[in-house]
Amino acid sequence: MLRILYFAWLRDRLGTPGETLPLQVGAHSVQDLIDQLRARGGAYGEIFAKPELIRVAVNQSFATIDAPIAANDEIAFFPPVTGG
Amino acid sequence: MPCVTVRVQAETFDATHETALLLRGQDEVGGIGAFTGIVRGGDGLVALELEHYPGMTESMMRQIADSACARFGLTGCTVIHRVGRLEVGMPIVLVLCAAAHRKAALAGTEFMMDWLKTGAPFWKREEFANGRSEWVQPRAQDDAATARWGVLDQ
Repeated sequence: MLRILYFAWLRDRLGTPGETLPLQVGAHSVQDLIDQLRARGGAYGEIFAKPELIRVAVNQSFATIDAPIAANDEIAFFPPVTGG
Repeated sequence: MPCVTVRVQAETFDATHETALLLRGQDEVGGIGAFTGIVRGGDGLVALELEHYPGMTESMMRQIADSACARFGLTGCTVIHRVGRLEVGMPIVLVLCAAAHRKAALAGTEFMMDWLKTGAPFWKREEFANGRSEWVQPRAQDDAATARWGVLDQ
């Protein structure tokens, strides 16, 4: 199972801090997962239609949208960071 | 090996105490660069709520700290970032960089702060006196400040 996490305004708008999902057959990259989430419509459809507003980490390292994913990966979606 | 301390915590920190710990047993230190970030008020801001990504936050802070030690030849550094609700005027982040000489200590401190703002997964939400609450938008000048250092050494 993929472990998916949402932070900051993504979590607020989606109404959940995360979920677990099976890796779909034919899904190999973060982009494939984004397409799957966008297809849900609603807030998911709106947010994942604009991947340029989102940053992603795979297994707690910053990643790009074309990064590969595999079963049991932890994938986090969040806005650009604003610490310090 | 440089002495590196990285912490994420809700409670406040004591910069004097942390400085003493950083200096302990380090006879070659000639100076410490220090920065304490404070929650800045204005426009009706009451507090910031700091959220982070547990696990990834600490590993990115460690990577930034190790990179600063390698690049500037620091004898050690300490970085403490607070999370949770922090009212205006409260300390939010502490960076200490110890080195043999001043320039390395101060440059290391700048480097760490620039990278913390853009490379560690923290998010700030602003809470205003009128009850309004908003996530802070990233600033282009913070990205530019980090970009001048090039990539983070692995």
